[in-house]
Amino acid sequence: MISRYTSQRVGKGVVWVAAFSTLAVMIWILLQVLVEGLPLLNLDFFMDSPRQMGRTGGIFSTIIGTLALTAVAIVIATPLGVGTAVYLREYTRESRVSRIIRFGTDCLAGVPSIIFGLFGFVFFVILLRMGWSILSGGLTLAAMILPTIICTAEEAIKAIPYSYREVSFALGGTRWQTVAKVILPNAMPGIFTGVLLGVGRSVGETAAIILTAGSSLLIPTSLFSPTRTMSVHFYILAREGISMEMAYATGAALILMILGINTLANWLLWRYFRKVGG
Amino acid sequence: MAFSSISILALIAFFIFAQGVPLIWRVGPASFLLGERWFPSHGSFGILPMIVGSFWVTLGALIVGVPLGVACAVFLCELTPPSVSLVFRPTIQLLAAIPSVIYGFWGLIVLVPLIRNNLGGPGLSVLAGSLVLGIMILPTIISISEDALHALPRTFKEGALSLGATHWQTIWRVLLPAARSGIVASVILGMGRAVGETMAMIMILGNAAQMPRSILDSARTLTTNIGIEMGYATGDHRQALFATGVVLFFIIMGLNTLAIVISRRRRA
Repeated sequence: MISRYTSQRVGKGVVWVAAFSTLAVMIWILLQVLVEGLPLLNLDFFMDSPRQMGRTGGIFSTIIGTLALTAVAIVIATPLGVGTAVYLREYTRESRVSRIIRFGTDCLAGVPSIIFGLFGFVFFVILLRMGWSILSGGLTLAAMILPTIICTAEEAIKAIPYSYREVSFALGGTRWQTVAKVILPNAMPGIFTGVLLGVGRSVGETAAIILTAGSSLLIPTSLFSPTRTMSVHFYILAREGISMEMAYATGAALILMILGINTLANWLLWRYFRKVGG
Repeated sequence: MAFSSISILALIAFFIFAQGVPLIWRVGPASFLLGERWFPSHGSFGILPMIVGSFWVTLGALIVGVPLGVACAVFLCELTPPSVSLVFRPTIQLLAAIPSVIYGFWGLIVLVPLIRNNLGGPGLSVLAGSLVLGIMILPTIISISEDALHALPRTFKEGALSLGATHWQTIWRVLLPAARSGIVASVILGMGRAVGETMAMIMILGNAAQMPRSILDSARTLTTNIGIEMGYATGDHRQALFATGVVLFFIIMGLNTLAIVISRRRRA
């Protein structure tokens, strides 16, 4: 029988090794792309459109595509998500209805993106005749990021001290006035964090977008134009072996973008919870 | 407005079922689910190879991801000095935010040649897929297991330590068993993520629509079956892909419900 102190040393050692190998793999993944890709990034790469299917040129049209799709998704999902969160926190107690809504939200969060893609394809692309377009892709993405926005908005609203509401009611404020003038302004940074997380997910998404927005390399001219996002472009470059060099560069740009969005979201969240002390 | 998420879920289920169920019915549920031959152009739609592929890849991902993920959660909760967790936690969050195509790319560039040169086979394999998926589900497992460990009353730990248990005995015999339901929920959610992953798997599994015989064989999952062929499928073939989606939807809903029920019971 080994002594319990020996087993403690071994056990803790194993946990340390596991934790640091996780960290190491993570850094490996990022560096693999960044080391090869970063030197290839320059202004021309960002401002030039892809030429010869992406063999040369830049990624300008895919940046426009990414921004347009993300914008549509955010504009649709934010009011829906914040509305749901306000309803769950301010207008109802824990009840059968709120449990059903939570269950639906949790389940929606677990639905794989390819299923969203299939749905967007039959519903928006075919049935509503929107075709492969920014609108179809954006609406599909909106459905995907809705759970994220609901959850973060709910957390943000939950963190507001109850006394804020009591003061508003004591001054004769109605429930709606309380929500509009007290709750939402105070929860804004938290809500914005959820929106940023949604942006991050939209930027990184591939499967659902290929099926709903297509993969055209042209610069989109309207909401009904098909488009290709940076992630989709990266995927096609790598999978079809069009150009590894361009794939590395696009991958590096993608990682930088995600890093930026995530850092901003974390910083806002940290500031927010420090302020309300939640 | 508050019912948006549940209505979207219902819409998704309705449209996928409306497209997929008639074909399952026509082919026969048994020969669709248990058929070993997938030749859409000849009208044979058997998705057993994909079900088996999904199963092996997911199992592999759990074998890689669960021990590492639970170890990281224990590390963050119990062993880490604050300065280390200050670096560690954001890194794990970033791991969750990295697009899946980047993971796929890394697998393709790093793991696939490594496996091909050292273990043989095409490299594009169940093994490569499992390793990448195992890493991809880490953030889910770590964050939910960590929440479960944090939620335990301090008295559990204090009681065990005051009885003379070592720190490690406390972790192993008291804290982990007490947080069991939360950890199980994290594993199930991680499983859901693994079953649902598409793009990274298309890039590294090799996508042969046949039964994988070993972990070095190429394979195809339910998701990649849809992802690869949706671009050009028409008619029955397209419906068969939606039918694949129906099966996937059922699996995911089962896993989600299980995870929600388990974590509810913990709270109650």
